[in-house]
Amino acid sequence: MAVETPLKLDAHALRADFPILAQEINGKPLAYLDSAVTAQKPRQMLEAMTSFYETSYANVHRGVYALAERATEAFEGAREKVARFVNAPSSREIVFTRNATEALNLVAYAWGFSNLGPGDVVVVTELEHHSNFVPWQYVAKKRGAEFRMIPLTESGELDLGALDGLAREGQVKVVATNLVSNALGTINPVERLAAWAHEQGAIMVADAAQAAPHRKIDVQALGCDFLAFSAHKLCGPSGVGALWGRRELLEAMEPFNLGGHMIRKVQFEETTWGDLPHKFEAGTAPIAEAVGFGAAIDYVSAAGLEAIEQHEHELLAYALEKIGDVPGIQLYGPSADRRAGIVSFNMEGVHPHDVAQVLDWEGVAIRAGHHCCQPLMQRLGVAATNRASFYLYTVPEEIDRLAEGLLRVRKVFG
Amino acid sequence: MEDLYREVILDHYKNPRGHGVIEDADAEAEGMNPLCGDEVAIYVAFDEDGERIHEVKFSGRGCAISQASTSMLMEMVKGRTATEVGELSKEELLDEIGIPNMSPIRIKCALLGLGVLKVALHRAKGTPLPEEWAGLDEEFQVR
Repeated sequence: MAVETPLKLDAHALRADFPILAQEINGKPLAYLDSAVTAQKPRQMLEAMTSFYETSYANVHRGVYALAERATEAFEGAREKVARFVNAPSSREIVFTRNATEALNLVAYAWGFSNLGPGDVVVVTELEHHSNFVPWQYVAKKRGAEFRMIPLTESGELDLGALDGLAREGQVKVVATNLVSNALGTINPVERLAAWAHEQGAIMVADAAQAAPHRKIDVQALGCDFLAFSAHKLCGPSGVGALWGRRELLEAMEPFNLGGHMIRKVQFEETTWGDLPHKFEAGTAPIAEAVGFGAAIDYVSAAGLEAIEQHEHELLAYALEKIGDVPGIQLYGPSADRRAGIVSFNMEGVHPHDVAQVLDWEGVAIRAGHHCCQPLMQRLGVAATNRASFYLYTVPEEIDRLAEGLLRVRKVFG
Repeated sequence: MEDLYREVILDHYKNPRGHGVIEDADAEAEGMNPLCGDEVAIYVAFDEDGERIHEVKFSGRGCAISQASTSMLMEMVKGRTATEVGELSKEELLDEIGIPNMSPIRIKCALLGLGVLKVALHRAKGTPLPEEWAGLDEEFQVR
């Protein structure tokens, strides 16, 4: 039997699918190096949404007419795609949300408020995005539980040596981490953490916002209990995301939002909740956005997640070398073999906003700021960093232009 | 475009005027721009009349625009009265900085120092915080 090797990704060819990339900014071709904050959209996804609006749009799970059935079929078809994308045992365990942030809030509120109390410990990490940090900090405080962090090593990886100490702080009930850090690109050992969480009798919550667009996700292999991600970082539209949760946990949970669609029976005295996943989907869903989400999954799946991961790994190794060669650059985060396609750096004596501003003159778009990771910035002892991030349409020439742009920054501020 | 980092801005950024701290200042405040983490603290000492600014200093860290514009502000307000500075408009400072078509995000950087100074004087002297600066405490997280 032939061993299948993943096809190499042809980023130059794929770029033709992304109309936005074919423009000039400040008289220079756009080099979009900010895909970690949001990804650009392929024509195929845009056309799927337009076609849905033009031929099949109606509200879902409501009407008895043909159009409503067609819309429901497309919407539930998208749910099936999301389920397969993360290898969920059942599409009933997929809840559509606004984004990963709302998915994480859903767990923090609907699970946390009913299950946390004094003596319990919620464990997050110093690497968390605010979306997987602030909700847990808030709910832990409201419920009188302890809120603790897994610290980082010097290279920006989780220091698992701290776990034993955390276990002695009380009854660990929640362990929450991202799979890939949006600020440093660190790939976190979620499988190990899930095993540890379960030994403690805790649930494992994985934020896959930065991982799902770039590498294969298998919730059953990870062993986590909840997993959240957004469509917009995955070539899909903004306004829709997904939560996967273990059925028995979702079934035992109280609802998060209340209103239409999520009910079984509403009476003067009492209301009962609908079945999964509808119990968590009050109100009219982001219908066309979910259809776009499904089309985006088709698009990245056709390119191949292994091929995307390999492509970004090559870009990362190239970028670390090119950017590292610029005088006065400090790089943050682990070595190339232990991180995803994200490069965080600072230039000595120049604030990231000034770096990003000069790069913008060159048509190079990067992020400058705290990346919604203020605890991490505090840990690194900086107010902000520059961050370049890659996706399947990123080409090495754009990294060359980033490096040339950084030399120009040096010249301006030299 | 290049005006943003023209010589005078970079000079103020690299060699800030009035950089430092005044111990036992008559008025002081500090603030930050949460968007990019620019930080500025301003200290004021008045003349014996208690009205005219005898000395004004700032400390902080952040982007070139926030630090250079605060440095320029130090030169602008020295010798003026608290009331005069209380009435100093955004436009006057922006004119002095002299960058046309600054983006809204960068204008926030440029106005951080002025906002912090207005709050310092408001607290010490009760100079009015005009409507355009109302809510500033919150926006710039002035402490």
